[in-house]
Order: sequence, then structure tokens, then C-alpha cells
Amino acid sequence: MAKILAVDDSASMRSMVAFTLRGAGHDVEEADNGQAALDSAAVHKFDLILADVNMPVMDGITMVREIRTRADYRGIPILMLTTESNPEKKMEGKAAGATGWLVKPFDPDQLLATVNRVLG
Amino acid sequence: MNQQANSATAAPEEAAQYLTVNLGNEEYGVDILAVREIRGWTPVTRIPQAPGYVLGVLNLRGAIVPVLDLRLRFGLAREEYTATTVTVIVMVNGRQFGVVVDAVSDVVEVAPGDVRPVPDMGTTVDTEYLKGLTSVAERMVLLLDVDRLLQPQDAQMLEAALASSDVKAVA
Amino acid sequence: MSKVDLAQFHKAFYEESLDGLDAMEQALLALDEGAEDPELINVVFRAAHSIKGGAATFGFTDVAAFTHVAENLMDEVRSGRRPMAKAVVELLLRSGDTVRDMLSLSMAGQPAATAESQALLAELSAMVSGHAAAPVVAVAKAAAAAEAIEGWDIAFRPFDYLLKSGNDPARMFRELEALGPLAVTCDASKLPALADMDAESSYLGWTLSLDAGAKRAAVEGVFDWVDGDCDLTVTPRIAAPAPVAEVAAAAAAPVAAAAPRAVRDPAANSESSSVRVGIEKIDTLINLVGELVITQSMLSQFNDGVDASQLEMLRHGLAQLGRHTRELQESVMSIRMLPISTVFNRFPRLVRDLAQKLDKKVVLDMRGETTELDKTVLEKIGDPLVHLVRNAIDHGLEMPDKRVAAGKGDTGTLRLEAFHRGGSIVVEVADNGAGLNREAIVAKAIQRGIITTGEGMSDEAVSDLIFEAGFSTAAATTDLSGRGVGMDVVRRNVMDLGGTVAIRSVQGSGTTFTITLPLTLAIIDGLTAAVGDEIYIVPLVSIIESVQVKPDTVRSVAGGGELFRFRDNWMPIVRLFDVFGCAGQRRAVDEGIVIVVEGEGTRIGLFVDELIGQQQAVVKSLEANYRRVTGISGATILADGSVALIADVTGLVRMQARRKAA
Repeated sequence: MAKILAVDDSASMRSMVAFTLRGAGHDVEEADNGQAALDSAAVHKFDLILADVNMPVMDGITMVREIRTRADYRGIPILMLTTESNPEKKMEGKAAGATGWLVKPFDPDQLLATVNRVLG
Repeated sequence: MNQQANSATAAPEEAAQYLTVNLGNEEYGVDILAVREIRGWTPVTRIPQAPGYVLGVLNLRGAIVPVLDLRLRFGLAREEYTATTVTVIVMVNGRQFGVVVDAVSDVVEVAPGDVRPVPDMGTTVDTEYLKGLTSVAERMVLLLDVDRLLQPQDAQMLEAALASSDVKAVA
Repeated sequence: MSKVDLAQFHKAFYEESLDGLDAMEQALLALDEGAEDPELINVVFRAAHSIKGGAATFGFTDVAAFTHVAENLMDEVRSGRRPMAKAVVELLLRSGDTVRDMLSLSMAGQPAATAESQALLAELSAMVSGHAAAPVVAVAKAAAAAEAIEGWDIAFRPFDYLLKSGNDPARMFRELEALGPLAVTCDASKLPALADMDAESSYLGWTLSLDAGAKRAAVEGVFDWVDGDCDLTVTPRIAAPAPVAEVAAAAAAPVAAAAPRAVRDPAANSESSSVRVGIEKIDTLINLVGELVITQSMLSQFNDGVDASQLEMLRHGLAQLGRHTRELQESVMSIRMLPISTVFNRFPRLVRDLAQKLDKKVVLDMRGETTELDKTVLEKIGDPLVHLVRNAIDHGLEMPDKRVAAGKGDTGTLRLEAFHRGGSIVVEVADNGAGLNREAIVAKAIQRGIITTGEGMSDEAVSDLIFEAGFSTAAATTDLSGRGVGMDVVRRNVMDLGGTVAIRSVQGSGTTFTITLPLTLAIIDGLTAAVGDEIYIVPLVSIIESVQVKPDTVRSVAGGGELFRFRDNWMPIVRLFDVFGCAGQRRAVDEGIVIVVEGEGTRIGLFVDELIGQQQAVVKSLEANYRRVTGISGATILADGSVALIADVTGLVRMQARRKAA
């Protein structure tokens, strides 16, 4: 069981992710934008962060860049959930410090497969 | 339960529990599953246009609950409400209402096989509100069909509905 | 397959998509008015983008396909490749409407793609420059797999920062091992002296040998997240000719994955019966309940009795309990409160479209959008407001040339404002147009037989005529410079909510409609009145005045009725004692009080014995356990725990009208 933070401004996507991961036995916290994610990460210690790219207040890429400056989140896997299939967005995420990505649309099985990949 | 079912002498169905209440000289049984609460008599607020046996409404933890007098319902003389007068709160089809009786007496167990149809024997009660009768330790208990107690006002409700649609048509 | 049923998220997706579309519409309207905030463009993009993502995830493929093209169009604008022209705004506004319809259809379990949506999709696609960019699935690599491969040699040397991105070589090797037997050789030649080592840097390189004929995509897929963060060579060990079937399977896979899933929730409909509650409101509730628990435990020490020395403490505890209970009630009520912006939101679009259609120039000035109202009130106030706004633009505001001729600016202003006043919410719809035309209204009212002459009528009384039933019909909308389309309906709707509408008009400079609404339907302010041995509550909002009756102000009429003179008008007296069949002593008419009330525009005098006082009443349903009672709108619980019934003024007015007709 891992402690996972799901960040997405879409409540339906966020619940789908959280529901699926909880069903797999993980402990999931939710945040609806990058800033909320940073706040949550300051309180909890997450083993994995799943973050949408496009969000109001603070986007996912800025959030990743920000969180990588925190000592306790340097090596923690962070996956970008993105509908951007174009390579620039992925590269931007990577440059900010993301571990990898999961391209929307994905179904619960794909989500679990990808999460299992990073949680080993 | 399975053991009971296997026993040859046991009734095929489970016995039901009834709360017995007194009304004049007779004893009635109310299905205990419908009983929510038993409380002492408290004054109620009268409601306009209600049938005579509906005494009014009372405040049951914030819910407005109608109260009917079983004596008046059955056409008996109205008794003075005293300290022993009791209101049994029942819940039927999601609706709560109170039934005023003289007193509550007992909880009895009645096997379905022990329920007999009500002969037309001139009891004070119209048989349409009875599910049947049974005897418990030499006493006769009339089993009430609680579902029907508030029902015969259907005719009035229909009238009321017609009247209000009338009003709409005028407006 | 996973056991997760995606249908459970459909409603949330639908609701958030509607919110997104509303936000998109507002941003588009702001852009239409020349705003240059790049965040507005982002809002529009994000709405299209989110809906596309959700729709694709939850199986609404038609919606996904549609929003995909809208998103592409917005992406062009966002990246500066296309200006935000009027035509783009227009098209996107229409797209928003279409997506809203498509979502409703989808939720109802019907096909979302209609002839209309397909036509609009074609328009959108045509506008998006070059080609209608369909999502490109990575097919390119399939060709490379057309080789018979018995294994892979991999050289992998991460750059030193790799670990910081959360990627772990050991994890990748495990993934490779899942494809087949793996031999790993480590190259530690670049490892620095211990003292120079950075624990978070990667210094190692690996040579891996995978003994399995896995597809190149699978092998490279393990490294796709570290592409560019490492030196990587992947070389196949080739043996026999290519198995063609495998290629076909590889190409087919992504198509199968993208196939539409028939997941629909027939139970879901567009009526939302749930309330979304801000987390801060929940937190407040939790805090209050916490305090209540503390107070309760404090008070429980008095279980065994109180001695005189503790009285002060008990009094304090009870006061605290009272305060917490009141606060808790307010908090619970606030859960039903939503900002009026949920209703106001539709007006920028409405005003824009209407002004365009009528060739008028209108600026919409909205204020107090954060003012909160009970959800039930909100749901019902929308239509009356739309009515008033439409009328203001249609009949209130003049054509630009007329305005200029009247010495005003060519652009009219429509003000929509919500604010608190006392225990009520006030919503005003005000225009700076021509104002009501007194002569035309009087003439119309005479023609309709509502009045016989306008002489001696105050301007206020004349204005009020437009609320009379029968004052106007749809056919009459254009022949009068005043207003009037179904204003009686507006008034009735507002009164059904326990509110009032007032009108203030100055000829030549405009008209203001003031709607006053109760904060909530769950609590009313009422006048407590004694009738015989009983107590009834009359809602304050319906009361015009309470008057002590003098014998010369009452007149008996044939059939046993009584009339009461109030401000030079005779109105029927309704004795609650008789109507409700009260117990106790029936009073003579000059021994009581007449409460003048108004319902549906008709005034009657309710005769009661005496007034006891004014109080707030929490409205409880009689129907929940009993049934509807004519003339009674509900019940409430008095301070002593007993029940008092609330008079239904509208119902009593109707009863009186029926009696008169009979």
C-alpha cells in the first residue's frame, strides 16, 4: 500500500483515479490544483503523485518544478496525467522533474498498470 | 432458525410479536415491527378539516406527527385522557402517526397458525381493521391491521384533491 | 478487466462539464467585449480540454470528438497562431451550446451526435487551419517490428540527474525482466570517490541482454520516460523471417483500446438534486458539532442534580448550548445557500444575443453576484428574472438613435444587482431607458376593463397595473412602449417564493424592478395570532397591516359575509375561527384584529382574536406524515415544544374567491 496524491481540477477524473487506487488498497489524498497539491504534500508524505497538467491557480508543470525543490520529494515518482499527446508537453513535464506520464484517456486498468510500474 | 424449521411440530413461518393494548374491555394487538415508540399522553394541536378521530398533530423530535384516537376511530365513547392514557407511535409505509389507546399491556408472541379469521360477532370494531384474532392465555386478542387505520380517509383525500384542482382551474 | 464501474463518475463529469461550459461562455463574452486577458483564453481552452479528456475517459466518444476540434481551435488561439476574432467567439459560443446539448443527450442515454452537432463540427473543422487534426496514434514504430527477433542488446547509461526525476533503473530492469530472461552487467567505472559522491546522482551504466523476442515498442516503452535523460541504444538480435501476424496485432491494439464503451446511466438526468457544498462550510459544521459535544459533556455533570453553588455554571452552560444550537442551525441552513451568480451567469449571453437581434446597444452591469440564496429559491427565480431582463431590453431600452435624440448616450445600461436588506435578499433589474408610459398603460387598462378611468390614480398605482392578470397578452407586446408580457406571471412566481415585486419608473430615465425574497424557505418571519383557544402563524411577508376593528369600518353583506374598509377600499373579512373551525369562543368583530394580507394580488382581512407577537418559524411539512390541509402551508414548533399551524395566505385568498363565486 502506498500513499498517493491525485491532482486534477476535474472532480470526475480525480474521483475515478482515487476510487481505482483505493480499490487497489492505496491510501489516496486529492487536490484540485497545483497549489493545493503543494499544500497537501507539505502535510503528508506521499510515495507517488499523479498530476494533471492543465489546471487553474497552478498548473501541474509548475507544481512539479516547485515540489522537486523540496528535499523530501526529490526522488519520489511523479506521473503527469495529460491529454497532450504532443511531445513538447511531455518534455516540459520531464524538464520540470516529472518521472513519467500517463496519456488520457486511460481506463482504470491502464492506470493501475502504470502505477504499479513506478511503485515496483 | 434452521433447527426450528427442521422440527416437525414448529410452524412453517416465524411467530410474530404483537404489542397488546387495551381499549375498553377489549385487547388489541399491534404488530411490534410497526411500533416506534410508546409515550404518555400530551396535548396535541388540532388540525382543521380533519376527521373527528384525528385529534391533531404533535411534535415528535421535530417531526409533525398526526395522532388518532383508536376509541373514536372505532366509534367508542371518548375517554378522559389521563396519566395512564398512552400514545403508541407507529410507522406504516414510511409515515408516522400516533394511536391513542387506554393503556398498553403486554408483548405476546403469535404463531401464524394461531391466527383465526374474525367471525362477525358484534365486536365493537369494524372487522375491516382487523387481521384476525388469537387467544393468549385465555384472553382473546384482536390483531389490528395498522396499515388501514388512517386509510379510509382516502375518500376525503380524493375530495380534497378534487377541490384543490378545482381551485387551480379557477385561478 | 478492472471492476471499476465508470458510470458512477458520469454525474460528476456532467456537472463539472456544465460548470466548465458556463465559465467558457463567460470568458468568451468577456473576450467578445475586447478583454485581452490571456487567462480568459486559457479558461476557454481548459474547458474544452477538460471536457474532451473526461468524455474520452468516460466513454462519451461523440462529445470527445467534438470537443477535440474545439480544443484544437483554442490551441491555435492560445499559441498566437490565430487571433481571437469575432467569428471564432461566435463559433465557440455555439459550440458550447451544442456540447451542453450533447452532454444532456449522453446522460439520457441517447446518441449525442445530431445533425446539428455534425454540421457545427464541420464548421469547426473547417476553421481549424490546415487539416482536421485527428489524434495520431503511434503507428510509425510498427514497421520496425517487422523483423524476427530473438533477443535485445541494450546499452543504458543514465545522466547523473536521472534519479532525481523519480526514475529508478532497478524498476526498469524489473519491467524488462517481465518480458523475458535478462542478464545485467554493471559499469561502475564512472563512480567517483566516496567523498565526492552525491547520493541523489547516478554514476552507473549498464549493459543488458534480453533473451526474448519482445517487440521493440515494448522494450523501448520501458525507457520512454527517460528518453533524453540517458544514453540508450537498443539493438535487436535477428534470426528468422518476420512473423506478419504480430505486426497486424500491434497495429490493431490501440484501435481496440479506443473503441467506444457503451456505458450509460439511464437513471441520471439533468435535474440536479444534489448540492455541492464548500469544504469550509463543512468544516464550520464539524467545529460547531465539536463545541456542542463539549457543552453537552459539561452539562451532563448536572445529571445528579445541581446545588446552589453550581447554578451560575449551569446557566452559563445553557446559554452556551443555546448559542451553539443557533449557530448550528444557521450553518446547516447555509448549506442550502448558493451564490446568485449561478442564475446571473446566463445573462451576459442573453443580453448580448438580444441586443444584437434588436440592434440595440446595451451594457450589462452585474453586481453582488456572490450574494447567497436558498437553492430552492434560486431554482425558481431564474425565469422571472429572464422575463424582466428580456422586457427591459425589448421595451425599456430605446434604439440608439432615439436615445441620442433624447439626449442620452446611445448605449443603454441594464443593471442586475443582488444584495441583503434586513432578513431579505433584494434583486433589482434596472434600465435607464424610456420608463413606463403612463398614458399607454391607463389606456390599455381601460381597454382591458381593469379600470374605468386613470384619473386620480398615483403613478405608483398606474405602474402596478402591469402586474394585473389580463393586462397584457402575447399579441400585445409590440403595440405598447411599456412592458407587460405576462408580468402577472412574474409576480405570481415571486409571490410563490414568499417574495414581492415592486416597480419604480421615471418617464424618460428608466425603470427599476425590485424583487424582495426571503433568505430561505425553511424559516419564515411570522406573526403569532390567537384564534379561539388556538394559535396560528401568519407569514409576515404577506401582511400589509394589522388593524383594530371599529364597528363603522365593518359592513355585513348578504349571505353572511363581512366587508372591512381599509384605505377607502372594502375587502372581505375571513374569520380564521370559522375557516379553521376553531375551538373556544367566537369573538364579535369589534373585539378582534384584522390582519390585512395580500395573496396573488388580492387583499383580504384575516380576522383573529389578538396578536401575540412576532417570531421566526422553522417551517415543517404537514404532508410528510399526514396530508395537505387547505389554508395551511405547514406547521412549526413553538418555544414550549407544542405545534402551531402556519396560515397559507394564497390558499385562503383562493378559498375566499371560491366562496364568492359559489
